[in-house]
Amino acid sequence: MSLKATVRQVNSVTVVDMSGRITLGEGCSQMRELIRGELAKGNRNLLLNLGDVTYIDSSGIGELVSAFTAVSNQGGSLKLLNLTKKVHDLLQITKLYTVFDVHDDEAKAIASFHKD
Amino acid sequence: MGPQPRMGPTASVIELTLESSLKHMEMVEEIARRVSKTAGFGSEEEFQIELAVHETVINAIAHGNHEDPEKTVWLQFKILDDRLEIHVRDQGKGFDLSKVPDPLAEENLLNISGRGMFLIRQFMDEMRVISNCGAGTEVIMTKRRKPQAEPHQGGKDRESEGHRKTS
Repeated sequence: MSLKATVRQVNSVTVVDMSGRITLGEGCSQMRELIRGELAKGNRNLLLNLGDVTYIDSSGIGELVSAFTAVSNQGGSLKLLNLTKKVHDLLQITKLYTVFDVHDDEAKAIASFHKD
Repeated sequence: MGPQPRMGPTASVIELTLESSLKHMEMVEEIARRVSKTAGFGSEEEFQIELAVHETVINAIAHGNHEDPEKTVWLQFKILDDRLEIHVRDQGKGFDLSKVPDPLAEENLLNISGRGMFLIRQFMDEMRVISNCGAGTEVIMTKRRKPQAEPHQGGKDRESEGHRKTS
């Protein structure tokens, strides 16, 4: 199963519920297009819900970094929600856990955008 | 033609020849998980081995063979008494491991690529890369089989890398 994503708007935050695989090839391409699309629409506060992401590889991690940089460069914020243990561990090992603003409570994550 | 699993005579060797396409990656991961389970590894180590195999095979297909349909990737799992040994060989031009930047260096932290080899080193006990210019690259990685009671200690301190480049 490749990546599936559902986008919803909560106040001024675009929440992207992602499921499946973020790996080299289709998964990474889909994610890149999705982030580009949201930025093109002017949505610069993005919360990626990774709770149902079953697999991520080094390219998928790179895609998260790419999204983070792209959103930051446009003056926005990209935050992560509901990391699985595997994704959490991979971000820890690669020293990226502290780069991202990571949340496990959606309401608090949404609220955090308004404090920035 | 897709992967053709073939059991060795002692049922401790599994070999596959893969076409240079990413479409069979989930099957490769499944085989890596099953071999790891057969070798007695726990679920966390299964994931580590699966991801190390995924990263190595992706490298071989995408960076080694450049998804050339004329080239293949050879993958072998050997379950030995004390370890699981995995070989991945491509038919690319070879590469210099020493030129892969450290992904944990401050200046590289936000790089989009360059974490694959690092993750393999982290998750496996040993990794060697044999790269001969024009003759492809072979990655050999091992994970030690441990008694159930002994906790996993990670692999990064026991890593050994061999890199040979001829021209």
